[in-house]
Amino acid sequence: MRNGRTIRFRSPVLIEATAATGGVKECEGPLGKYFDYCLKDDLLGQKSHELAEIKMHIGTIKRLLNKTKLKISDIDFCFAGDLMDEIEGASLTMRDFDVGFFGLYNACSTFAEALILGATMLDAGHASRVICSTSSHFCTAERQYRFPLEYGSQRPPLAQWTVTGSGATMLNKRFGKVAVVSATVGRVVDYGVTDTNDMGAAMAPAARDTLLNHLANTDSRPEDYDLIATGDLGEAGSHLMRLLMREEGIELGERYVDCGALIFNRVAQDVGQGGSGAACSATVFNGYLHRKMTEGMYRRVLLIPTGALLSKTSALQGESIPGIAHAVCFERVE
Amino acid sequence: MNEPNKEYLELVRREMPRSKHLKTMFRAFWVGGAICCLGQAISDLYTLWLSDSDPDRIQTLTTLTLIALSAILTGFGVYDKIGAYGGAGSIVPITGFANSVVSPAIEHKREGVILGLCTNIFSVAGPVIVFGISSSIVVGLIVLIFKGAFQG
Amino acid sequence: MNGWLDYLFVFLTGGTVCMLGQILMNTTKMTPARILVGFLLLGVVLETVGVFDEIKAFGKAGATVPIMGFGSGLAKGAIEGALENGLIGAITGGTEAVAAGIAGVIFIAFVVGLIATPKSK
Repeated sequence: MRNGRTIRFRSPVLIEATAATGGVKECEGPLGKYFDYCLKDDLLGQKSHELAEIKMHIGTIKRLLNKTKLKISDIDFCFAGDLMDEIEGASLTMRDFDVGFFGLYNACSTFAEALILGATMLDAGHASRVICSTSSHFCTAERQYRFPLEYGSQRPPLAQWTVTGSGATMLNKRFGKVAVVSATVGRVVDYGVTDTNDMGAAMAPAARDTLLNHLANTDSRPEDYDLIATGDLGEAGSHLMRLLMREEGIELGERYVDCGALIFNRVAQDVGQGGSGAACSATVFNGYLHRKMTEGMYRRVLLIPTGALLSKTSALQGESIPGIAHAVCFERVE
Repeated sequence: MNEPNKEYLELVRREMPRSKHLKTMFRAFWVGGAICCLGQAISDLYTLWLSDSDPDRIQTLTTLTLIALSAILTGFGVYDKIGAYGGAGSIVPITGFANSVVSPAIEHKREGVILGLCTNIFSVAGPVIVFGISSSIVVGLIVLIFKGAFQG
Repeated sequence: MNGWLDYLFVFLTGGTVCMLGQILMNTTKMTPARILVGFLLLGVVLETVGVFDEIKAFGKAGATVPIMGFGSGLAKGAIEGALENGLIGAITGGTEAVAAGIAGVIFIAFVVGLIATPKSK
């Protein structure tokens, strides 16, 4: 059933299992103990950080399969993406798996895009089990979007720290304690922010747009959710998000958090405004939020991964930064 | 909806945290000053060791020494930490220039020596060379035209 | 030989130049490459109008170690080249004056690039 940009899944789409891998710095952070696997170093014995990210992504999917004692032949489709040029990371990851593959890119909101498409595929009856996954790596993102790693530049105060990690979710229609009940597909919102260090400000309007749209289409209020979590607006960006919602007469209050602010001890770990990257919402959801939902701490969670759809070329040519945010609503099955 | 939203940009300008001016300026001051003092010390040592104290020669040797030091620190992964602390204090000295040449060389070696390392070696510092050499030629041409003002 | 007072002047001059760079970085969101180019051109201009020598007399390495010292070297070379060798000198003078620096930085970047790898962050 569709209402505007919101999809309500007709049959239950359940989360069978999740897996999350965290990098060294991520595992030292407050959510470190929730990750299934922690990297010992950021190269994983590979020749390059790109290969390391791919190995990490492969490892995450393998751990997901091990957890459920399934083989890749039991999976119908994989929906995966990352931040590398031409989503090379996900593509090379899928070289190791004999499975139908959708390569996705919505920057840091790719995980939500994967979940929505995977759930839709299940709901339509074209698949019985799918995997949705993303990865990102500080070192591959840094050289692609900013400077060489050894370059002695100062991180501006609004900069965020790309999460090294990978998260994967297995969806099916029969097993699981948490259901994907509805989702709102975001649209591209661009308010003219051009500072490439200020991703939070570039994405916050998109997050507001999607949240308002979701609340209107599902006829719900923020109080109906135990937790509303944006993807990677960071500390300053989530402050903006609160202000923007206040303009609409909605107080988000304590039920609102940001995955980028959750994953690090922002000040102690010197990560600017917090985490970012395609793995930010994926590791926080698959490692932390899903567990807290199965344990019963949260019953209804709205996850809104956010993405800044810029490229180095568009930024250099003076384009402003388009933002996008997709909302996915999870409910605990009683 | 997707036009530049002046109200929002104003809100961002007002609400987002800004650079801590005093802290970053103080750090840039002492790191930059310290690097220059190091340069002066090296220069003084060369003046002491080498009997032929042609100042241009001493200055060239000092520059080369600072470049080498910076390159080695970059290779060991130390210079980027100095840069994260010192900001402009370690970017503006010649050591920062060397770091901006050495760091892409290290970074892009994985794409091959020719197409990675050599192609990208000036990917950060290229503008300095282009502007430097071009502006020197402009100055040279100006001198040719207004010779009188520069002679004697 | 320089005494501690000279070193104080070196420190103050170099520190002030870098602090100006930091102010630019903080307030204009200029990227480091633009800051470098800006100070380089500043050095070229100061040398061309003849002010740089006075700053150098006071601040010594505090004036020459920042990238504007590189710019002043370029301009000085171009001026001398143009006066001595005319058009050819105007074109080669600047580059000749800083040839050691450019050659040195290319060579050492090549060598270090071959040996070193990016460290974990």
